Amino acid sequence: MSDRHTHDHDHDHDHDHGHHPEPPSDAEARALALESLLREKGLISGEEIDRIVSAYEHDIGPMIGARVVARAWTDPEYRRRLLADAAPAVAELALGGPSATNLTVIANTPEVHNLVVCTLCSCYPWAVLGLPPSWYKSPAYRSRAVREPRAVLHEFGLELPDSVRVNVWDSSSDLRYMVLPERPVGTEGWSEDELAALVTRDCMIGVARPQTPAAARS
Amino acid sequence: MIDRAVADSLPRKNGELVFEAPWEGRAFGMAVVMHDRGAYRWGDFRDRLVEHISDASVPYYESWLGALESLLLGHGLIEQGELKTRFQDFKQLRRDPVF
Repeated sequence: MSDRHTHDHDHDHDHDHGHHPEPPSDAEARALALESLLREKGLISGEEIDRIVSAYEHDIGPMIGARVVARAWTDPEYRRRLLADAAPAVAELALGGPSATNLTVIANTPEVHNLVVCTLCSCYPWAVLGLPPSWYKSPAYRSRAVREPRAVLHEFGLELPDSVRVNVWDSSSDLRYMVLPERPVGTEGWSEDELAALVTRDCMIGVARPQTPAAARS
Repeated sequence: MIDRAVADSLPRKNGELVFEAPWEGRAFGMAVVMHDRGAYRWGDFRDRLVEHISDASVPYYESWLGALESLLLGHGLIEQGELKTRFQDFKQLRRDPVF
């Protein structure tokens, strides 16, 4: 981005207020116009927007999903509840994020690997994974994940044996999916914290598998 | 150098910025807050987003913003004329940014 990018990160700025050396980009001016009108009409406050932005930048992200996965790996009864009805199971961990309404968790098994996509736009389980990465929103991923999932997984570096079936789950605003990966072998006796550290965002979308303990140590 | 330092201090999830520019965060936040305030069902916003995102040449958060504008215009919460005027005010530096 341009130097304007730098200025605009300065939310609490006093020093350069009013010194906007170049006109904003069209997109930026549209966002400014909309926000200022909504604020003027009393339909929204800047602080409300600040809170949402800050929450998704700092507090809501894949670390929430990773904790859910680690609990499911160590507690079979929790795993059963999570797969049966995800929202209350996520809420049990009281992680402070938004409610996981409409979330369905699908478990990988030795025979089935699950992959999540939103073919029409970018629906994603915000409550447990935060906001989606750019590639998840890209036309290429959205169109190819359903058509040729194995080729897509190959490009992510994930090779699955032919014996493993790939199930692709198409998300919507009413149905959002998260993958429960398989617990890596060699992690017997690990704590939930240690296990959660193995679980990445990509594992919970289904384009990767959790690192094995040997890889995690290196 | 400053750009780099600022970028490095921003939060990342698995190596990606959540928002690449502040206006993207504002556009995201506005859609969530207006929904939380009961202005529309999330499915209605999603339908507009699907329409706007079908033009693959438009960057993601511009589609997002377009979806939000059209939904709020459709609900009569803002008017096309005032939106255009306000846009020009910012574009021509007649107003200071609010964020």
